[in-house]
Amino acid sequence: MGHRALGMFERLGRSALFFLQLLVSLPSVFLRPRLLIQEIYSVGTLSLLIIMVSGSFVGMVLGLQGYVTLVKFGAAESLGVVVALSLVRELGPVVTALLFAGRAGSALTAEIGLMKATEQLSGMEMMAVDPMKRVVAPRFLAGAFSMPLLVTTFIAVGVLGGYFVGVGLLGIDSGAYWSQIQDKVDFYDDIYNGLIKGVVFGIVVTWIAVFEGYDTIPTSEGVSRSTTRTVVNSSLAVLALDFVLTGLMFGI
Amino acid sequence: MSTEHPQVLIEVENLHFSRGGNKIFDGLDLEIRAGQITAIMGPSGTGKTTLLRLIGGQLRPEKGVIRVDGLDVHRLSRKELYALRKRMGMLFQTGALLTDLSVFENVAFPYREHTRLPEAMIRDLVLMKLEAVGLRTARNLMPSELSGGMARRVALARAMALDPMMIMYDEPFTGLDPITLGHIVELIRRLNDALGLTSILVSHDVEETLSIADYAYVISEGKVVESGTPKTLAETTNAWVRQFLEGETDKAELLTEKAKDYLDDLMGERRA
Ligand SMILES: Nc1ncnc2c1ncn2[C@@H]1O[C@H](COP(=O)(O)OP(=O)(O)OP(=O)(O)O)[C@@H](O)[C@H]1O
Ligand SMILES: [Mg+2]
Repeated sequence: MGHRALGMFERLGRSALFFLQLLVSLPSVFLRPRLLIQEIYSVGTLSLLIIMVSGSFVGMVLGLQGYVTLVKFGAAESLGVVVALSLVRELGPVVTALLFAGRAGSALTAEIGLMKATEQLSGMEMMAVDPMKRVVAPRFLAGAFSMPLLVTTFIAVGVLGGYFVGVGLLGIDSGAYWSQIQDKVDFYDDIYNGLIKGVVFGIVVTWIAVFEGYDTIPTSEGVSRSTTRTVVNSSLAVLALDFVLTGLMFGI
Repeated sequence: MSTEHPQVLIEVENLHFSRGGNKIFDGLDLEIRAGQITAIMGPSGTGKTTLLRLIGGQLRPEKGVIRVDGLDVHRLSRKELYALRKRMGMLFQTGALLTDLSVFENVAFPYREHTRLPEAMIRDLVLMKLEAVGLRTARNLMPSELSGGMARRVALARAMALDPMMIMYDEPFTGLDPITLGHIVELIRRLNDALGLTSILVSHDVEETLSIADYAYVISEGKVVESGTPKTLAETTNAWVRQFLEGETDKAELLTEKAKDYLDDLMGERRA
């Protein structure tokens, strides 16, 4: 028990050190924009489809659930606000981050872990190329940069999904759906805060993913374990951080 | 290049290193002379790969000094170490090719990372290096499409890209058919002499290694147990070295101290 706790703190320390190292390596990425763009493309294409599909389903479910409740209070016109606020404040950032961890995060860990297991990282070091700068930093930046974009996509698609159910299937007035959203969704309180969550989750999930890959035990079993750990740890981190951030944003 | 007393390029002095409580080097001393092929032999698991990583500055010794071209590898700043590594080539046991790049791009990698040469020149250089290892026509293949011997030759072309002063070969012979093996043996010798390189050849394949080495060290239990030219090695009086050189690695291992408690080991479970 004590042994395990000790091991956990050791990993925590290592990952913090790793993060510092990573920050130092970041500027070099901007000297190689091609590398960054390539990584953004691969992270983006990995996640875009699943984010859009999930976003539309979540939006449609919100539309259904919201309608059932609202109609009891005779407030079915407010459906747009309910859908948009749930998405912008909570579901957008959180669900996107969870999907991102499962899709892009696990792929990042497996990729870097395999590069380590097959001595590609060592080989780079011996060719006087710093793998931190060449491999890890561009992937980290790409992940951190893509997440807010994916969150935005998720929310946009979700609002459309809600519209499809509310207006298309359940017959709410289309003008009411949009105007309510425009009226009640505040730029600073809602959109800005939601995006902050997206940025923070993006950084944390990608950090965990690249750290687990870089820190992997260089065997196939090690890589598979690291990949699992990425998904589990980053999902837990996202949910816990969501609580903390929401608390801070409501000024408690 | 083989003058009478070539100068020492790499010195290892009183090297101590352990891994997970296991002593791997216990006062290792050796010298590698410029322009020669120096073999380092020893049974599997004696720390040959570890030694190369120590020389390359990827691992830190607990005690002792490693000097490469007069520079103390473990006292260098990061920048100086990276500058030194550009002058060292290393051929990994597994090849360590970048799996997401083609053969061509793998060899071009060092140029792209370290130089600002125009594309046309990189192309020429890469093709020259590939030609030197006889794989110019394989340039568009991906590493996953290469055989073991081809992958090692591509890795060799890549290790030579920046015209290093030395190349470290980690087990270049294992798992090759006799013909490919012959190619690689000849390639190592030819590159060493034609380019004036210094080569460190780590291996437990005694015959092939001694056939091209100028000088050889046999290490075991963290120390050098015998050294000399292939000729003098053949006349060794050390029984363990003799066994090892005669190719029966298994027997050689049985002769070590550790083997004595084999019976204890077998009985251990019952007694505990
Ligand atoms: N990452 C590691 N962590 C802990 N111990 C290790 C590690 N790598 C190697 N070792 C141990 O260090 C010792 C030397 O390993 P090394 O790979 O240098 O041997 P080797 O002489 O190259 O063997 P081979 O001829 O099989 O390649 C071995 O006993 C091995 O168990
Ligand atoms: Mg080895």
